[in-house]
Amino acid sequence: MSASTNISYQKLEDRSRITNLLLRWFLYFVLVLFAFYFIFPLYVMLVTSFKTMEEIRQGNLLTLPGQLNIESWAVAWGGRGYGAGDTYLRPYFWNSIKMVVPATFFSTFIGAMTGYVLTKWRFKGDSWVFLFLLFGCFIPYQAILLPMARTLGILGISNSILGLVVVHSIYGIPFTTLFFRNYYVSIPNELIKAARIDGAGFFKIFFKILIPISAPIIVVTVIWQFTQIWNDFLFGATFSFGTAAPIQVALNNMVLSSTSVKEYNVDMASAIIAGFPTLIVYVLAGKYFIRGLTSGAVKG
Amino acid sequence: MYWLENTLLEVSLQEQLRANMLTLKIKDLYKSFASTEVLKKINLDIEEGSFLVLLGPSGCGKSTLLNIIAGLETIDKGAVFIDDYDVSKVEPKDRNIAMVFQSYALYPSMTVRENMIFGLKQAKTPKDKIEQQLEKVSNFLKVDELLNRKPSQLSGGQRQRTAMGRALVREPRIFLFDEPLSNLDAKLRVEMRHEIKKLYTSLKATMVYVTHDQIEAMSLASKIAVMNEGIIQQLDDPQTIYDKPNSLFVADFIGSPSMNFINGEIKKDSQSVMFTPNNEDNINFDLTHYEFENNFQNNQKIVVGLRPEYVSNTESTKKYTKKLSLTPTIIETTGFDKNVTFDFAGSEIIGRFTPNSGVELNNPQEVYFDLSQISIFDSNTELRL
Repeated sequence: MSASTNISYQKLEDRSRITNLLLRWFLYFVLVLFAFYFIFPLYVMLVTSFKTMEEIRQGNLLTLPGQLNIESWAVAWGGRGYGAGDTYLRPYFWNSIKMVVPATFFSTFIGAMTGYVLTKWRFKGDSWVFLFLLFGCFIPYQAILLPMARTLGILGISNSILGLVVVHSIYGIPFTTLFFRNYYVSIPNELIKAARIDGAGFFKIFFKILIPISAPIIVVTVIWQFTQIWNDFLFGATFSFGTAAPIQVALNNMVLSSTSVKEYNVDMASAIIAGFPTLIVYVLAGKYFIRGLTSGAVKG
Repeated sequence: MYWLENTLLEVSLQEQLRANMLTLKIKDLYKSFASTEVLKKINLDIEEGSFLVLLGPSGCGKSTLLNIIAGLETIDKGAVFIDDYDVSKVEPKDRNIAMVFQSYALYPSMTVRENMIFGLKQAKTPKDKIEQQLEKVSNFLKVDELLNRKPSQLSGGQRQRTAMGRALVREPRIFLFDEPLSNLDAKLRVEMRHEIKKLYTSLKATMVYVTHDQIEAMSLASKIAVMNEGIIQQLDDPQTIYDKPNSLFVADFIGSPSMNFINGEIKKDSQSVMFTPNNEDNINFDLTHYEFENNFQNNQKIVVGLRPEYVSNTESTKKYTKKLSLTPTIIETTGFDKNVTFDFAGSEIIGRFTPNSGVELNNPQEVYFDLSQISIFDSNTELRL
């Protein structure tokens, strides 16, 4: 009897090993397929940006350039050097930096403060306040364009970087508040009580006790806000034009305003430049991003 | 020499005053959250140097009461006095108290040292005084080797000690403990309980301690306030609470295994007071010796309570011993003794038998009830008679 059991176990073992192997191969196949699917456009963009127009016309999308031709990058960044109608990204890149840095800072800071109040200094009706703030996350961009334009006009900051900073700071608060609130909810209230007995006040508790343990969620929020604000086109196109436009608006103008021939290599280089900062942010802070999204509880 | 006598007199007067002074007094305190009343007319007088334990099941309001003493929670009605001074509207930091929390509540980003001196720094204590205090306390609690570690690098016991250190450096008038041991495993809990008792014995400071663990309460307290549904059911020293619980709730809550309760009727005539358990008309318990604290009527429904250690197999010729023959339904060995369960008068009775007793399941057994140790309660009001 024991012999026959051994044999059948052997068979079962073999079968499960084969099944596992097949499933594993299938898994890798799917992963490679998806990786290819996502990397392919980037590959085409990179390759095209280093080609000359001649090469682009002759070859197909996938061939590598004959030599690394960086002229299209120079044109995308600094222009051709002649006066009117020469659109290039450099000034608009700095516009975007001047917009994204303060807007990310203010929205993150205000979100942290609001999240702190909503979890640790509860007041009557605070859940309603939170509900309305959440509502802000679901309002479509288009719905606030007109009222916001009017407000900016009254404040006298329409068509300026400052105006865009204000718009993005305010529009970001619902999201940043949501992040920080959910993070601070998991931090024991006893920590606040202990600090109050130790004599720390509202701001001292915030800066000395909560902020030092908020690194993961600050990283998440900064990445989120940076990406949202940097990539925004609608607010930029609506509330600013000419020299005050952010990079996404400039990119659009550049690609659409080419008069004679479509310069695909310059377009591709411009698109990569416009997307580069967010890429950098993800590469530098991506590790913390995952950690911040998954971690919550602060123990001890 | 006149001035000397005068000063001596003054000193002794002050000492007397201090001895009589109530460190903590709570007067007619009420507290509600939304529409639920969590504390109803709380009155407490705590003398200098006593260890008060607030004991009760979860949701009884004990933690709320502690938070109110600390000033972390507002008061609806009533007042809190510390050293005869009304502190009801005083900030927590100015109440001269320190608190140890269940989750330790150590500041995660700070080292043990920074954790311990955070309060002193907020109070703008001079640097040399801070260092002096820190050294004294960290030596005392044996955390001097850990001063530069972060809380995440500490074991449970070390965190607990750090949390106590943070309270100690402030030299407060009152120490508050909010279930400080319930996060520890069983062995460490007993150890830390000892340390807290040691701390109390050497400091002689006033302490208020919240717990739901009656063993902790019994072993630490000089006074226990048993709470239920926002009311202090009984405030007494541990032995009185154990021996003379003033309500069914207290009797049931204190002691493990809990007190046995037998329902029945009381019969009174001119010479004697007898008790007849329900469904057992032929059995009478003689209660004539019992010192009744309240009046009762003939044939009144009562509950007789008797702790398991007074239900045993040890033959006794004591005057108020009742012998019955009962059949064991469950036998549990603890090592120290055997907990034997019987069905009697419609309820389960647990007795503590000697470990070598030859008690067997379903085999009738002589059981001795020591009636000199009973408590009697009114069935309706559930209060002690």
